[in-house]
Amino acid sequence: MNTTPTPPLTATDLAVDASGLVKDFGSFRAVDGIDLQVRRGEVFGVLGPNGAGKTTMLSMLATLLPIDGGSARIFGVDVASSPHQVRQLVGVTGQYASVDENLTAFENLYLFGRLLGLPKAKAKSTGSDLLDRFDLTDAADRRISNFSGGMRRRLDLAASLIARPPLTFLDEPTTGLDPRTRGQMWDTIRELVAQGSTILLTTQYLDEADQLADRIAVIDRGRKVAEGTADELKASVGNSTLQLRLEDRDDTTRAAAVVARVLGEHPVLTPESGGLNIALADANRAADVLIALRESAISISTAAVQQPTLDEVFLAITGHHSDNETEEVA
Amino acid sequence: MSTQTLLPDTTASHALPVDRELSSRPSLAETWQQTTAMAWRSVKKMFRNPEQFFDVTLQPLLFTAMFTYIFGGAISGSVADYMPIIIPGILAQTAITTCMAMGTQLREDMDKGVFDRFRSLPIARIAPLAGPALADVIRYVIASTLTIMVGLAMGYRPGGGFFGTLAAWALTIFAAWSLAWIFTWLGTVMRTAQAVQGTAMLIMFPLTFLSNAFVPEDTLPGWLHAFVQVNPVSHVVTAVRDLMNDGSFTAEVGWALLGCTAVVAIFAPLAVRSYSKKI
Repeated sequence: MNTTPTPPLTATDLAVDASGLVKDFGSFRAVDGIDLQVRRGEVFGVLGPNGAGKTTMLSMLATLLPIDGGSARIFGVDVASSPHQVRQLVGVTGQYASVDENLTAFENLYLFGRLLGLPKAKAKSTGSDLLDRFDLTDAADRRISNFSGGMRRRLDLAASLIARPPLTFLDEPTTGLDPRTRGQMWDTIRELVAQGSTILLTTQYLDEADQLADRIAVIDRGRKVAEGTADELKASVGNSTLQLRLEDRDDTTRAAAVVARVLGEHPVLTPESGGLNIALADANRAADVLIALRESAISISTAAVQQPTLDEVFLAITGHHSDNETEEVA
Repeated sequence: MSTQTLLPDTTASHALPVDRELSSRPSLAETWQQTTAMAWRSVKKMFRNPEQFFDVTLQPLLFTAMFTYIFGGAISGSVADYMPIIIPGILAQTAITTCMAMGTQLREDMDKGVFDRFRSLPIARIAPLAGPALADVIRYVIASTLTIMVGLAMGYRPGGGFFGTLAAWALTIFAAWSLAWIFTWLGTVMRTAQAVQGTAMLIMFPLTFLSNAFVPEDTLPGWLHAFVQVNPVSHVVTAVRDLMNDGSFTAEVGWALLGCTAVVAIFAPLAVRSYSKKI
């Protein structure tokens, strides 16, 4: 992961500088006064459940939707007043791969190359080049309608790199992909980051933001509810958690009493019987708990010390679970 | 893949916000390249969905023969006498019905994800509209050529000769391309392809049938006569007749060209405007 540049920040250090962004659809306020500052060279993750306003926000920044309130600058260029300039700075990869179904992979890249002003020969060579680098050469002459989801996303990403944009928007780059393909996509994104691109990424997967982003903004119902590094967000929930499972669930009450005696705090009993979640101010206290249980002849089947997951963070910040906990790959 | 770089050119410095000047608007040359690139895309699509050629091949064959034999005797006394009237009329009608498809196709196309990318690119806003319109000229060429060929096969001998016919053919194609902008605009304004289709029919029928395309206009009642005279399609039909039957560049030809240009001048900016605003 990139190290984030250290302050002081000036306006030109910011790839994205948005304040008070608002978008209304009729009486529904999809984006409700979001401030966003993305530094050059960092991967910034916008995390939120479906319908939180992530895509709407990104569409406004990418000049695809008019901004109803607030202002946004991309590398200092005002989005509302200079859309044509902003389009020269931003590469957009859509939520649903925005490539042409009727064309082959190569034809797609050739078309976008031509649209961006490359001469025919250069558009062809850039196209083959990108296909090669995204492992799509074998599929070059196949119609996109026959492509798998992962291949489409890769092609989509390749297409947004033709112009070598200094800033790339990735709107839910792995939504709907199987875990293996998702891992490949992550590798691709990491390589891009290693070359110094600035990336603004939206995701509904908590672990995706954790894996890729330097900093994360949590968006819920059109508002930004938290911002920081993944570790900062986790730390804001507090401490680490000792998760225990007892061999005999009849011991649960006794075990809870032992924990309360050692730590002075009552553990949370998890829904499955025989499980205890014990909040730890200091991870080292886990050993004390385990020894005390051993001395009380309570045997455990599993034990793990974990940082809170981002889902717990999300729950703590917004008061409700994200919709996607079942899809989370921990 | 890990040893390779993903970007086409690794010499690019991303420490700078941009390694090139930002242009404030696309130049004319850039707009043309973007338009031809979009036309290239449309042509590829066209040849991969050959049903797009059905209307432009079947309709001239069917309509030319049908209208000529059905109305010929009743309107002009004989099929041979009716041909100088009906063939130019059918040409104009064919132009309008084939260019009508522009609106529905554009609407369907705009609903696809790829249009989001087009809109996010630093390209002229007119290119995604003008490209398909340019590619559609292929269909107008097929339709108008076939109509004339069917007429010739049925015994029509244009008095304007080869060059008069060629000029009429070219005028038909220009008229189709111009009128297509009305339907392009509809495509950018309406929400569904069905709505575009329905509205296009509502425009197409009065424009073609309330014109002098099929019957001499002096047989019509006065109020209808008045409408027929201001209908731009009538001017195109008359101009095509003048060119094909007499080989003369009459004032009507001028009016037809002017009318078509006016349609483009009005509807192209409207279409671009509503396309730029479209969510």
